[in-house]
Amino acid sequence: MRRGIKLYILIMSVILLGPSLSWAQYDVIDITKPFLRKIPLAVPLFKNAAGSSEEKQSSQSAADFLSDSLDFTGYFKLLDRGAFLFDPETNGVTETDLTFQNWTVVGAELLVTGYYRLTGDNITVELRLFDTFKAQRVLGKKYTGKLSNQRDIILRFCTEVIKYLTGNEGIFGSKIAFVSNGTGNKEIYISEFDGYNPRRLTTNNAITLFPAWSSDGKWMAFTSYKDGNPDLYIRDLAKAQELKVSKQGINITPAWAPGKFELAATLSFSGDQEIYLLTGSGKIIKRLTKSRGIDVTPTWSPDGKKIAFVSNRAGSAQIYIKDLTNGRVNRLTYEGQKNTQPSWSPRGDKIAYTSEMNGEHHIFTIGTDGQNPVQLTYEPRDNESPSWSPDGSLIVFSSNREGPNRLYVMTAFGTDQRRLLVLAGEQTNPKWSMNHQNN
Amino acid sequence: MQKKTWLIIALMLVIPGLLFTVGCQKKAVSQAKAPAPAPAPAEEKPAPQPVEKPPAGWNISQNNVYFEFDKSTLTPMAQDTLMRHAAWLRENSNATVTIEGHCDERGTNEYNLALGDRRADSAKAFLVDLGIAASRLTTISYGEERPLCMEQTEECWAKNRRGHFVVN
Repeated sequence: MRRGIKLYILIMSVILLGPSLSWAQYDVIDITKPFLRKIPLAVPLFKNAAGSSEEKQSSQSAADFLSDSLDFTGYFKLLDRGAFLFDPETNGVTETDLTFQNWTVVGAELLVTGYYRLTGDNITVELRLFDTFKAQRVLGKKYTGKLSNQRDIILRFCTEVIKYLTGNEGIFGSKIAFVSNGTGNKEIYISEFDGYNPRRLTTNNAITLFPAWSSDGKWMAFTSYKDGNPDLYIRDLAKAQELKVSKQGINITPAWAPGKFELAATLSFSGDQEIYLLTGSGKIIKRLTKSRGIDVTPTWSPDGKKIAFVSNRAGSAQIYIKDLTNGRVNRLTYEGQKNTQPSWSPRGDKIAYTSEMNGEHHIFTIGTDGQNPVQLTYEPRDNESPSWSPDGSLIVFSSNREGPNRLYVMTAFGTDQRRLLVLAGEQTNPKWSMNHQNN
Repeated sequence: MQKKTWLIIALMLVIPGLLFTVGCQKKAVSQAKAPAPAPAPAEEKPAPQPVEKPPAGWNISQNNVYFEFDKSTLTPMAQDTLMRHAAWLRENSNATVTIEGHCDERGTNEYNLALGDRRADSAKAFLVDLGIAASRLTTISYGEERPLCMEQTEECWAKNRRGHFVVN
């Protein structure tokens, strides 16, 4: 897989649109709106160049994957192909050949067409996005690469679609790290954003918890008992080398500072659980909290000026925000018996967290000003460990709603809750990375 | 006459001891001041505590200390148990032990790992206050990662909220 991604650099990406056509760079989708209207989108099967059975097969899987990937964002209502007045075998896929009325009549506001050629193990894919009501092409790209890189090619176009519609990079270059105990021990795993290709990162044969991505995706910090004590490990993912922070007591809940080679983590060598700022090489820079009792689970504001964290300084576990520029600490949560696991949205405006209520755990979001706590999950029994997608549009979390703990994804407003993947054992502590396509 | 003198001496030893025990129940023992007379930090002196020898066959690793929900303070019962642990440690003066702090599954695992750390520390601090050398006691928190009992009942949760002693 990694080699495949490197090869992908060789792929040509040709912009078919001339500079004459103006790119309307307005945000079609405002992802801050809580009741987002899903845009009806049609993704018919692609037109095939040669029509061999191998070509048809890989072409269909490309069209299906494109459709599924755009569906994953929660922005679209994918229309049923059975209703389309279109046959890719006979109809053309460019604006001159398309009859836009045939698409508006089935309710499509957006249309993606593809022209697909398989030659040996090379593919050439032309992909176009149309605004059917304006009868206008808004995106056109041509990609050439290995068949084995088909997933990356399709995702590259999907990123273009999302960038056109929202103005941001979306999620298609991100990954999800999580804990799974399928081997009998909790170990760290990594999958693609959609749960594809889950693979084990650690082989510690010991309890391993709390994965944390650096912003550039090159480093992973976590806690493991592999040498007996709950120690903090900082791993260089490319070199598979790691260093250890092993102080008396617990060394847990790392969180990388945005854009820096520094991380916050809870250490208890002083006899009290406090949050410290460490260099990426594990040296203590300074202590960030100073309060008798538990201080744990830091999460950074996107500008790196504040941390939110959990403290029981007022008796029960609640979330606090510390402004690192002036040292001021404010309590964020007041409702609920216990509020833990804060995760600061990459958009900066909200914090997701886990609230304990009546023996269940549910995920909430709250404004960073403490206003408007909103419950996002209702399914019994435990919904925990929220982590935001890099664009702040989705939240991954763990839930035992179907029995064992598994990973689920929902929109930032709690809609479209679905299981991310099925894997042996139980999955917990998910952490969504930033976008690092082609890393 | 001699008997009476001994009785008075014994009472003088026992009564302050009882007072201390009662006083301790209301305090967070992790922060408890060392009882008078303060034990020397480095070497172990025979502690003047009103604790009998552990019963025959009593084993430190088979007797857990239990905690209340979301608490790391020691209940009177936990303190009684720890008195026996202290007696056992005096009897077995070469033994070193690891105190494991555990939690029930309620609450989230980051917080519980910190809570287990505090529980193990509370038990250790109490034993140090009873004159056991700190160097013989190491602590480790497992949070909610190693439950003894898997059911969703208060009885089961209570069993999991424990300080467990492992002889090294």
